[in-house]
Amino acid sequence: MSIVVKNLTHIYMPGTPFESVALMDVNWIIEDGEFWGLIGHTGSGKSTLIQHLNGLLKPTSGEIIVDGVNINERGVNLREIRQKVGLVFQYPEHQLFEETVEKDVAFGPKNLGLPEDEVTERVREALDLVGLKYDEIKERSPFELSGGQMRRVAIAGVLAMRPKVLILDEPTVGLDPRGRDEILGQIVRLRERQNITVILVSHSMEDIAKIVDKIAVMHRGRMVESGTPKQVFKNREALASIGLDIPQVTHLMIKLKDKGKNVATDVFTVEEAEAEILRAARGMGHA
Amino acid sequence: MAAEILVEGVCYQYPQSSEMALKDVNLRIKKGEFIAIIGPNGSGKSTLAKLFNGLFVPTKGRITVDGLDTRDKENIWKIRQKAGIVFQNPDNQIVATVVEEDVAFGPENLGVPPDEIRKRVDEALEIVELKEYAQKPPHLLSGGQKQRVAIAGIIAMRPDYIIMDEPTAMLDPVGRKEVISTVKRLNKEEGKTIVLITHFMEEAVEADKVIVMSEGRVVMEGTPREIFSKVGKLKAIGLDVPQVTELAHRLRGQGLAIREDVLTIDEMVECLCPLL
Repeated sequence: MSIVVKNLTHIYMPGTPFESVALMDVNWIIEDGEFWGLIGHTGSGKSTLIQHLNGLLKPTSGEIIVDGVNINERGVNLREIRQKVGLVFQYPEHQLFEETVEKDVAFGPKNLGLPEDEVTERVREALDLVGLKYDEIKERSPFELSGGQMRRVAIAGVLAMRPKVLILDEPTVGLDPRGRDEILGQIVRLRERQNITVILVSHSMEDIAKIVDKIAVMHRGRMVESGTPKQVFKNREALASIGLDIPQVTHLMIKLKDKGKNVATDVFTVEEAEAEILRAARGMGHA
Repeated sequence: MAAEILVEGVCYQYPQSSEMALKDVNLRIKKGEFIAIIGPNGSGKSTLAKLFNGLFVPTKGRITVDGLDTRDKENIWKIRQKAGIVFQNPDNQIVATVVEEDVAFGPENLGVPPDEIRKRVDEALEIVELKEYAQKPPHLLSGGQKQRVAIAGIIAMRPDYIIMDEPTAMLDPVGRKEVISTVKRLNKEEGKTIVLITHFMEEAVEADKVIVMSEGRVVMEGTPREIFSKVGKLKAIGLDVPQVTELAHRLRGQGLAIREDVLTIDEMVECLCPLL
């Protein structure tokens, strides 16, 4: 399912002394099945932007077109839109509230009025998608799980709605490296299995560069860059000037290139850097 | 009386839990040191932080701060004045509606006289580089700025030891850099002893000493260079190393002559230049 953002501007508290422009003329096309990373600092407009994609916020001007439908037109069923576009907020585990994991994940589908066996089926599937075993975990209280598990249960709650587009706002914040890799790995697998469109909001270029197809960069309410990681990281001066870091290995390759070494600089992961340096070293007869 | 935090044979068990969260931990934190504690979630880092100033007391063993035993209730206020904690979420630590009032909250509660409070607040805000924000309401500040207000609130209590429990976990890269440069300044210029608990390895690299925790125990202890050169061991307990350190490790595995203990991009450039 595709989403098109056209000339989106959002002003908080217009006409008051507190008026502030959160989004300015943002244009963004998210094609069906794409995997996007959305990057920017706190206050850059990322969260405001994603809350428009399922109608939680209304544009001051501009349009959001989800699956061909302008979602802010009269008569559009926003419930349906929110079912299609699932949003996982920051620290989603703060939203857990039920006595058992099963009840918590079932809350959404139950509210859709689905029959009980269909609800159970969806709960089982959603927990499976986030790497948790239904039979082992369904009766446990979500509050006695580890931080990483709680977060996965919360994500399962959104997946149980079977969204076509999944938006995750900083899903790894506060997790340790293993927890972070688990969540990111599950998102990648989820996308492969379900072929859904994913938007991952993050501060971390190193996390994002490894897994997404495309990156959009927000700065002061504007979308200042968008494209493949290669295209976006090419403008490293621009990224540095807005305080965003490129991955450490990319930085390394650029420094080597500046020293006159014959290496490619469109390298974002440790594995890619390893291959590229070995290639160059072999060329010099060193490996 | 030694100027240090001494942790001796400490075990800690949470009420209602069947397992020990800390198992026989022994540590010495000397005055003036900058120590980083890393470890996966659930390894006992935050529990340990709360034991340093007597928020929790050991189930077994003992902790002394400058010779004062945290188990002794008589000592608790003295200890808390010596050792302050900064927590993860700045929003949970700010109590007042104006920045300088928030910073004054701690010393006010200590019964510090008003002109002394004024002096301490100005000084603390100067150290965290937020002097021009003294009159601002904290909610208008960025995450990094708010966390620095929380740090100023601790500095105003004049502790010798500052314990930071993942102070940058909720911040973006700019906020993280602000807080870490403040932490370094506190250590190098103000002589404060720093215990920094973090998930970010590039922050731990800045410390004098790194302590690695896993499953309630201290499993490694050494300089950042010693610790991060053990790539395999760190990965096995679920931790990361900086990207360049990992790259160096892999390239060595492929037979390139590169030092094992590379920590920064510039060191890596130096190692690689003769080979390319």
